[in-house]
Parts: sequence; C-alpha cells; structure tokens
Amino acid sequence: MRLTCPRCGERDRREFYYQGDAVALNRPDPEASDVVWDDYLHNRDNPAGVTRDLWYHEGGCGAWIVVTRNTLTHEVLATELASDVKEAGA
Amino acid sequence: MRIAGRGQVDRGTPVSFTFDGHSVQGFAGDTVASALLANDIKLVARSFKYHRPRGVMGAGSDEANALVTVGRGAHQEPNVRATMQEIYDGLEVRSQNRWPSLDVDLLAINDLAAPFLGAGFYYKTFMWPKAFWERVYEPIIRRSAGLGALSGEHNEDLYEKAFAFCDLLVIGAGPAGLMAAVTAARAGAEVLLVDEDSVLGGRLNGEREEIDGIPAAEWVADVVDELASMPNVRLMPRTTVTGAYDQGTFGALERVGHHLSGANGRPLECFWRIVAKRTILCAGAIERPIAFKNNDRPGIMGAAAVRTYLHRYGVAPGRAVTVFTNNDDGHRTARDLKAAGVHVTAVLDSRKDGPDGEGYPVIRGAEVCDTGGRKALESVSYRTVSGEEKLGTDCLAVTGGWNPTVHLTCHMNGRPEWREDIQSFGPVEGMVLGLTTAGACNGTFSTTGALKEGAEKAKEAVEVLGFEVGGADMPLAEDAPYNMEPLWAVAGRGRAWLDFQNDVTVKDVKQAAKENFRSVEHMKRYTTQGMAPDQGKNSNMGALAVLADATGRGIPETGTTTFRPPFVPVSIAALGAGGQGTGFAPERFTTSHDASVTDGAPMIEAGLWFRPSFYPKAGETKWRQSCDREVRMVRNAVGVCDVSTLGKIDIQGPDAGAFLDFVYTNTFSTLKVGKVRYGLMLREDGTVMDDGTTARLGDAHFVMTTTTAAAGPVMRHLEYVHQCLRPELDVSMVSVTEQWAQFAVAGPKARELLSGIVGEGINEESFPFMGCGEITVGGVRGRLFRISFSGEHAYEIAVPARYGESLYQALVQKAEALGGGAYGMEALNVLRIEKGFITHSEIHGRTTAFDIGMERMVSAKKDCIGKTMSERPGLSGAEREQLVGLKPVGAVKQLTAGAHLFEVDAEPVRENEQGYTTSVGFSPTFERFLGLAFLRNGRARHGEQVMMVDHLRGVNARCEVCDPVFFDPEGGRMRG
Repeated sequence: MRLTCPRCGERDRREFYYQGDAVALNRPDPEASDVVWDDYLHNRDNPAGVTRDLWYHEGGCGAWIVVTRNTLTHEVLATELASDVKEAGA
Repeated sequence: MRIAGRGQVDRGTPVSFTFDGHSVQGFAGDTVASALLANDIKLVARSFKYHRPRGVMGAGSDEANALVTVGRGAHQEPNVRATMQEIYDGLEVRSQNRWPSLDVDLLAINDLAAPFLGAGFYYKTFMWPKAFWERVYEPIIRRSAGLGALSGEHNEDLYEKAFAFCDLLVIGAGPAGLMAAVTAARAGAEVLLVDEDSVLGGRLNGEREEIDGIPAAEWVADVVDELASMPNVRLMPRTTVTGAYDQGTFGALERVGHHLSGANGRPLECFWRIVAKRTILCAGAIERPIAFKNNDRPGIMGAAAVRTYLHRYGVAPGRAVTVFTNNDDGHRTARDLKAAGVHVTAVLDSRKDGPDGEGYPVIRGAEVCDTGGRKALESVSYRTVSGEEKLGTDCLAVTGGWNPTVHLTCHMNGRPEWREDIQSFGPVEGMVLGLTTAGACNGTFSTTGALKEGAEKAKEAVEVLGFEVGGADMPLAEDAPYNMEPLWAVAGRGRAWLDFQNDVTVKDVKQAAKENFRSVEHMKRYTTQGMAPDQGKNSNMGALAVLADATGRGIPETGTTTFRPPFVPVSIAALGAGGQGTGFAPERFTTSHDASVTDGAPMIEAGLWFRPSFYPKAGETKWRQSCDREVRMVRNAVGVCDVSTLGKIDIQGPDAGAFLDFVYTNTFSTLKVGKVRYGLMLREDGTVMDDGTTARLGDAHFVMTTTTAAAGPVMRHLEYVHQCLRPELDVSMVSVTEQWAQFAVAGPKARELLSGIVGEGINEESFPFMGCGEITVGGVRGRLFRISFSGEHAYEIAVPARYGESLYQALVQKAEALGGGAYGMEALNVLRIEKGFITHSEIHGRTTAFDIGMERMVSAKKDCIGKTMSERPGLSGAEREQLVGLKPVGAVKQLTAGAHLFEVDAEPVRENEQGYTTSVGFSPTFERFLGLAFLRNGRARHGEQVMMVDHLRGVNARCEVCDPVFFDPEGGRMRG
C-alpha cells in the first residue's frame, strides 16, 4: 500500500502509523454532554466505501495526514495535512 | 533419453549431481527434472497420502509430482520443484515421503488401504476416544502422510529484501511479455521485466516455431539483447511475482543463489517489493491434465511439458510415446517427437473430428481408461466405440487444454469470468487497479495473438503515463486457432487423480458432493483439493468440472475457489530477511553501554534499549547483594546511573507554555525559566498516559522528559494534539532523546561530586530543588537539572551524546572516590519503590489520576486532554482500587509483583479480590520487602491488614496497608 504524504510525496505504508477515523479532529467542547464525548471517543462508522482516517508519518516528517480512501477498492482518493483540514474548520 | 543435436543446454559443460546418493550427469542449463529424464530416471517421488510412485509431470512452477529435498542439515530445503531447480556440480537432491527408500517404500501399504482413505476419512474415523487425537492418531498420520521435512536445524543461509520502482512492470517474458516490454522500453518508460524461469522467452523456448522467419529462440535472444542494452530496462529472471497488493505494489521472490554451488556471500533468495505505475500480466497459461484411471504413473506427463523437454533440454521422456488429447496441441507434440526421431505409438484423440496424423497413427474418439506399470508406465488401455485396446508405451503425453494463469488478477478480491470459447476462467479488466493482461493469461493462445496483444497493451499503458509509442511492424508467427473439445474426466471405475500433490481423486470430489459439501470452498476443504504447495495450479479446474457435474450445475455457477497470494511457496526466511535472530528488533545502546559491559553488568532490555541491571563487585555472587549495596551507596554517599533512555522532547515557540497546559493536567505556562515541574499526562479517555518532568530553559523553550517506554507514543501524541487539535498554536517539537546523554547523580554527596566536574558553582541558590540551567563540563555546554527519582539530593546532568561516554567515566570515577559508584536498574527500582514513585507498572493504562492519588494535579482552571472524561462517574471514588504501600507483617516476609489482595480471612477467589501488587522489592534501607499495590478504597485503609496471595508462585503473605511513600515522606533529603 502506498500513501502520498503532502510534504514528502508517495511513500510505502510501512512509514506510517494508523490512528483511526478522522472524526478525532472534531474534539467536542469540554462542557459538551456525555453522549457527545462518548460518540467522539468510542463510536465509529465502519463504511463499505469512502472513509477518512488519520495517519502519522512516523517514519518520515512527522506530519499527521487525513487520508480519504475507499475501503472496497482500496483506492486512496486524497491526502491532506491534518493541520490544514483542522484550520479549514473541517 | 537425450536426443542428439536438440535443446538449448550447454553440451560442452557437463554437470554432476546426486539423486538419493547416486551420481547423475547432466549439462549446464538442465533442471533436476530434465537431467533425471535424460538419464531415464522415471520414479522421483512418492505421493502425499497413498505413497504412489510418481514421476515428473510438468516443466514449470506448476509441477505437482516431482517435489524433492535439496541440501542437507541447516541448508536442507524440502518440497523444491525438480522442474525449477537448476543443477550445479555437487548439488545434493533427495526424494521425499518414503521409507526406507524411494524404490521400496513400506508405507505404500496405504495404497492398498485406499478404499478406506477417501475424502473425510480422518474426520469420520479418528473421532474416538477424543484424547487419542493428539497423542496417537496425529503423530501416526503425520509420519505416514506428507511431503518433505525440515531438518530442525537453524537456517543459516543469507536472505535479502529489496525494493524496486518502475513505470511499467511486465510479469512474464513469453511472447506477450517480451513484446510489451520492448514496446514500452522503446518509448522511454522505465520497464521491469520479471520471469520465474532462468531464461526469458516463456513457451517460445519449449516450442518448435518461427517468428519473422527465424527460429523463435533466436528471435527471443535478439529481443532480450535489445532489452538488456537499454538503460531504462531491468531484466529479472528467476523471479516469481507472488502477490498483487494495493496501489501497484507487488511481492516477488527472486531465487538468487539456488542455482549456484556455494553462495559466496550471495543471498539464497531476495524478496522484492515492486511498485509499478502500470502493470501488464503476461503469465501465460497452465496445461490441464485429464482424469482417468491410474493417470498418475511415472511417465504420464503434460503434452506441452514433453515438447519443452524435447526442444529446450534435448530430452525425450520416453522411447515410445503415446499422446492423449482433446485439442490440436496433442498433435503438435506428436509431430515434434516424430521430427526428432522419437517413436510415436499413437495419438488418442477424444474428438471424433481430430486432424489426421503426419506419419503417426491417430485414433479418434478414443479415451484412455487405464494404465499399467507400477514404478514406470508400461501400457495404456483406451476405449473407442469398437471396444477396448491396450498399447505398450513408456510415456503418455496428456493435454486437456489450457487454463489462463489468472491468479494475480484475483489477489485483490476479484473473481475471474467463465469463458465459453476456451472452456476456462479468464481475467476481467480492472480486477487489480492499474493491471491489465495480455497473451495466454488473457485467453489469447496463438503466438501471433500474444505478440500483438503484448504490444497493444503496453502502448495503452505507457501512453497513459505520457510516453509516445512509435509505429513498429508486428512480428509474424504461428496463428493457429485453438480447437478443443472439453474432456475433464474419463468415465469409469477406479481411481482417477485430479490433485496429484494432495492425492485427491474424482471419487473424492463426487463423495464430497454426495455428502452435501456442494460449495466449491467446502469441497476444497473436505477433500484437500488444491491445498498443497502447488495450490491446485493444474488440478482446480478439473475438480470444479467434476463437482459441477456431480451437483448438476454448470461450471460458471459452481465458481472457483479464492486465489490468494503467494502464487508459489515463499520461505519465511525470505519474507523476514534481515530479521533473523537479533535482527528481528533493532537494538539501542546508551553511550555508557561499553563501560557497563566492561564492568560486568548484565544488560537487560527496556523497550529496545539495553540497560545495566546491576554492577557486581568482587565477592558478590547474587544480584541482591549488588543491588542492596548500590541502594545503600546512593542513600549514604552517591550513585551514578545512565538515564539517557528516557524520552527527551525539545518544545519551542511562543505558544509552548499554552501547548503544555493543554497536554499536561497541571499548568506549565506559569513555570519560571530555570525551573522544572513534574507533569501528568492523560489520554483523552481520562486514563493516565505518562508522567515525567519538563524544564523551562527559556521563555519559549521547554524540554520534556517521558518514560523510556512511552517516548515514541508521547512524541506521536504531542504531534497529534498540535497538528490535529490545536494547529493555531505557534509551537514546534522534536525528539532529542538520542542527541543528549543524561546521567542521574544521586545521594548526599551528589553536589560534592558535581562540584569537581561542572564549571559553574553549584549551590542552593544556583540550583535549588527543581531548578535547572545551562552549565559547562570540561568546556562542553551541558544542562543540569536538580531532580530526583530516588528521594535523595540528586541531579541529572546532560551533555551532547558524543561526550556521554567520557562524562560517564568521569562521574563514576569521582563517585567511587567519594565511596559511591554506578548503580543499575535493580537499585533504581528499589530506590523509587522506597520513595513511592510510580512507573508504568503503576500507570499501566487502566489507572486514573485519582487512583494514583494525583487527582489534585488535574487543574480546575483550564481544559486539558482527558480532563472531561476523567470526571466521569466510576473513574474516582471509594470503589476504585487506589495506590497504597504494603509491608509484610506475618511469618512470610516475601512480596511478589502481580499477586492479588484479599481480606485476611476471605477465601482467595476472584469474587473476593480487593486489589493487586504492581511493584515489589527488598529494601535494604528498611531491611524488609516493600510493595506498591492497588487496593479497593486503599487510601482509607492505611493500617489495615490484607492477605497477599500469589496463586502462581504459591506465596501468601499477610501485609499491612500503608502510605506508598515509605522513605522520607516529608522530602527533606531531596530538597536539602
């Protein structure tokens, strides 16, 4: 499997650490309800199709990356710096 | 039998090897199989289950019968296909699965018991008594069934892994592959041409045909020469692509040293990971056998394999060859043999309209119904409408048509499609993204068709990548249509083999269907069809057809089993190249490593690091003696310990303080420059993640320390928090763990020791407790931190790693002059237990700040990672198991870590469990064992007694619960 680090270019999957769903970017307000926090921490969709998740270029530049990919075809559709995504308010 | 003047082997270079101890002669370019056939050695193996005599069947990686063992001892390699093993002088080959010898195999008694050994026999028979399976049945079955064996010795051969990248990967170097490669290469694309054979050319090396008016082998040589001369082409013979993976990644096994005598530093195999922008699969097709009674005798071979032996190796596998065919290829074999002067007994063509013979008899509408000869084929019986006849023959060349080698196209969960025209499964475009197929693996069986398709597919592929392909003339070659009439199994009684490698017969598949194992996947597992090392390469199609017939469905509805990687067996040694023995995990050494080893310290692993356990002195025979001495040394004088393995993260930027406030539970933005603070870090779910100290070196400059084990995860976490949650903070960080060597100097004489080493004056003013600052050590800039993990007056001194070794030696020398010395992990652990300091034994991923008594460190004034969730009900309160100290007070004075706690009179069973011990050690300071433990509502139970029960080690000790800080609870020694 190959992933394109927005900084370093296309690299082997072994350079990356897999975190999980990119929903982790949307940290709730500290005062948000237990249900909201429970959702944020524990509840994940398991889509057959397009999914967005977080990868860390641990064996490279240290960038956290949002990877959009298709779980059925294994196509990698897009990679973006997580900080850009977060700052754009996604 | 070798035929004069034929074949591509080098007759000027004789080669000698042994088979079962007998010397066998061949020529350079021979495989074990071709050399054995040249010497009329027909019996080469015994079958898996019935120990039937077996001979060479094919000429490639699909070989089902001729598996042999190569080498001996640590170099022994079982289940090597004799058709793939090239010979060299001194090669040692042995047959397998026979006792006492290949010729006289007593286990052949299984063959007589065959009526009882059919599909499902094991499942039905060895059911009772249950306990017999492991001790009686399985050992017997394992001894009597099977293939080759490992030697049991450690594999010392060299293996390698490598990576390759290209624009176009061409898999298979037959006519389609060569045309694809040359078309793409001429356009300027980076081309990788991979083929599992030792020579390129594919079937062209095994046929008698012409391309552009010259013999095919010469055409191949010309194209290969051209490719070899191009800088943008890499040719990889002896390399089998074993699997297709995501984003154009392929696994490939290169046989680097298997064909050479003495590796001379070469690896035996190299496992490649190839990344290609586009791929063309030109893997060809595999000839399929026909099932008939006793179709497994030595001498019964594939008709195309017979042509390969004739044309490539100059070997006739028999003196009187009979051909059994359902297509025109059988006639081709007869023609070629005849032209080479080999007697062709007859062509038995199952079709009623097969072509006429060219100097050999053709019997149309004939089906082989039995064969004779025990260790070698002697006769063939065939049936026509006019009855049954018998022919004397020593070789039967069989062809049932061709199956495209679609395996790689299916590795990404794709399913092949039934093709009526070729009566087989063919690939579907797009089954592997970026991969297309050409030639016989795409069902295009004529040479002209393959050449044309190879060129066209390559043009399409590289044009997508932006290369321009010029016009070129298409070479002219054979273009015969594929005339075939399906025949899978000849009807009749008796055993007719489908899977030769696993001894599966037509009867077994029918029985599976009868017992309702009708799904192809169930049939496979019930009969073991296609499960051997060859994965049913030549047998799966036939078994499917028989199953389809037995269940009254068509073949397309029956479907295929799943094709999975690897295409050929791959040794674990090749996959794990570089990871044998200690290579499995990297090793990390501190700058004091050599000095510690010189001093006799046993090294223990901490993560990937190696750290000294203790430093034995003369007269100390037990580790406890050394450990006790080192603890006393620190308490009474001074000790030196390498703490460089702790994670060090340099954090800089105007928002560094705000960032730390967010990752730590307590506040760091208020920390003064030149001070150090202990910090606690939570996971977002409210559980403790790590702890450590962070020093403020400047307004916008902090250095964080993490525990040794969590250095990597904490670094990842910090980057995560910054980039994913708080990118607006102007801060950056980098791991400097390896850049700084850091040593703890602890004990009442610590300041005295450092005064002789550090350039600056060290006093209570310049370095108060939890102070830090820059220093010079012998002209080198370093850092000093007044922190303590022992409860003593202590410092940690850091210098750039390249000065670590000399500083360590200077520190130890000074310490020894003051009555101290180096101390290891054991003493470090006892010192911190005495002081009640926690490690990852306590913050093991299930404990909260409340559990370890640090809930007040979670600041109420600010948000931080984990704060909200740490306030959940259930993460604090009397029901929680809380950190306590334990002192043995009964007759048993020993404590053990991992033991469970119970009320004194309670039965020590799970329901009554009150907690568990996490860290224990013998304290020379208190001259007793001390322990840290988690106990339900523990902080309210100081002074109570509990029973520590270690069910595993059989230790029961009555303990008193106390505060976890045993030593100097006021902290006067640390601060003073």
